[in-house]
Amino acid sequence: MLPITFSDTLDIRVTDTSLRDGSHHKRHKFTLDEARAMVAAIDGAGVAVIEVAHGDGLGGSSFNYGFSTTPEQDLIKVAVETAKQAKIAFLMLPGVGVKDDILTAQDNGASICRIATHCTEADISVQHFGLARDRGLETVGFLMMAHSQPPEALAKQARIMADAGCQCVYVVDSAGALVLEQVGDRVAALVAELGSDAQVGFHGHENLGLGVANSIAAARAGAVQIDGSTRRFGAGAGNTPVEAFVGVCDKLGIRTDIDFFAIVDAAEDVVRPAMPQECLLDRMALMMGYAGVYSSFLRHAYRQAERYGVSGAQILVRAGERKLVGGQEDQLIDIALELRREAG
Amino acid sequence: MSKTNAAIVGSGNIGTDLLHKLLRSPVIEPRWMIGVDPASEGLARARDLGVEASAEGVDWLLAQDTMPDLVFEATSAYVHRANAPRFAEAGIPVVDLTPAAIGPYVVPPVNLGAHRDAGNVNLITCGGQATIPIVAAVSRVVPVSYAEIVATVSSASAGPGTRANIDEFTRTTSRGIEVVGGAERGKAIIVLNPSDPPMVMRDTIFCAIPEDADTDKIAQSVHDMVAEVATYVPGYRLLSDPQFDPSDDGGPARVTVFVEVEGAGDFLPPYAGNLDIMTAAATRVGELLATRGD
Repeated sequence: MLPITFSDTLDIRVTDTSLRDGSHHKRHKFTLDEARAMVAAIDGAGVAVIEVAHGDGLGGSSFNYGFSTTPEQDLIKVAVETAKQAKIAFLMLPGVGVKDDILTAQDNGASICRIATHCTEADISVQHFGLARDRGLETVGFLMMAHSQPPEALAKQARIMADAGCQCVYVVDSAGALVLEQVGDRVAALVAELGSDAQVGFHGHENLGLGVANSIAAARAGAVQIDGSTRRFGAGAGNTPVEAFVGVCDKLGIRTDIDFFAIVDAAEDVVRPAMPQECLLDRMALMMGYAGVYSSFLRHAYRQAERYGVSGAQILVRAGERKLVGGQEDQLIDIALELRREAG
Repeated sequence: MSKTNAAIVGSGNIGTDLLHKLLRSPVIEPRWMIGVDPASEGLARARDLGVEASAEGVDWLLAQDTMPDLVFEATSAYVHRANAPRFAEAGIPVVDLTPAAIGPYVVPPVNLGAHRDAGNVNLITCGGQATIPIVAAVSRVVPVSYAEIVATVSSASAGPGTRANIDEFTRTTSRGIEVVGGAERGKAIIVLNPSDPPMVMRDTIFCAIPEDADTDKIAQSVHDMVAEVATYVPGYRLLSDPQFDPSDDGGPARVTVFVEVEGAGDFLPPYAGNLDIMTAAATRVGELLATRGD
């Protein structure tokens, strides 16, 4: 059915990222109670991995990305205490967080270290993968903005991560800009390059409404780890909804070990109440998918549009034209100032 | 007045760009370029420019009849840690462009005068040279409890050393923001952007300021500082007036400053302002050390 499976008994291992990617949508204001309730419900439904961190990874609490209300390491601690079967993962971006952040997260009980770089800059993650593996952490690598590079280029970057100790390299569609075969081709290129050296994963966004479909395309091309966020609770129009993905997998006979009814209840009764509003496929989100803009820019674009009285959609389009990468939230202010100057 | 004899140790891109700048200096004469690889293009380029070049390392330099009055080290932190004691023993002052940070941190318009006699001074990081002057410009007007900088450089200008140890950049720059910039707490973020053609270095500086701060005075201080940096880094410019925001639910009141650093294009391409500001700062520091007896 699928070319490769996660293990003999599990076809796809799902990671729920609502407590990390959802941090963008939540403007980094999760409370300990919300984290506890969400982890209990998502863990209870059988999701194998739950990612917890500031949206921009460990150390992301800042003027540039937004300050966390609750320190992310406290959220990690609570998640670890609450989860009965799920492993707790965290994200870190070299250049934002540092190695000490990884060690602290491990001390707090997290066991999967996910390291993200822009998809042409994998070599800045080498020291972090080395440390994580030395410390016995499971490792995942994120090649962000994967739509911006062709499959072969992406595969070369995946090789750098795998050689550094990464056990699963993700094609990360940060902009929600990839469409079906474009996902499959990228995943297939990574599978061909990595062979048995590392697994391949896929992280999707809903900015063109394709989270679930793209994730199935990824699985059919050989991805064995798939990210989603319950109720889409993520940046931009949100991530692949875990509950819908699980339902689709059930129908296709793909084993995820997640109880469909339990994750549907978790989405409705626990996760939705923690969301400031639903993640919408609205004009701004569509703009991001269409122009290939980093999903986390959404809330910042809204904020600067309001602050400077300019069009949020224009900010995003210009962010695409300037070829901004993840992390350059500061430049959205500069773009807003530029738009205001142009308007006279 | 005769010029100060200087040696550049490290014949890579930074060393070569620095050589071009020193050749224009009215007070420094770059006489030696030192490498370790006989096939080094940098050494060949130095010879073409009339500079004595050797691939036999610091051993060769210290065996010459005439010793340099000043050394610029543009190797790596590891190599400089080994070389520094030897220069110290020979009594030769060093301007250190590596992240070794053996001597005190120096940012020319902020604290150059305080470390004239240090013997070994360190230039922190490119992001530090580009942003710490702004933090200092704010902190000389109001107390800054927290300052944060975001340095975005083109992928093409980030060398293997930076890439292999990017934590060193963030940690060293953060410390520089505190020690030299005068912020109580500092944070540095670096982003590499691969767009083609390569983007010119950009830096954003956020400083937490008191709610009732005199914003006109801060803005004036920032403008003055930018003008001062621009005297030795001509491509250093403000992208807009400093932006002031009151505190909101997430953070304290702040001033945000956007700068761009375009390189002089001496040897490295103009987009590599991050490298240019290091060699420009090194030249500035070297010239001060060269004239300190005057």
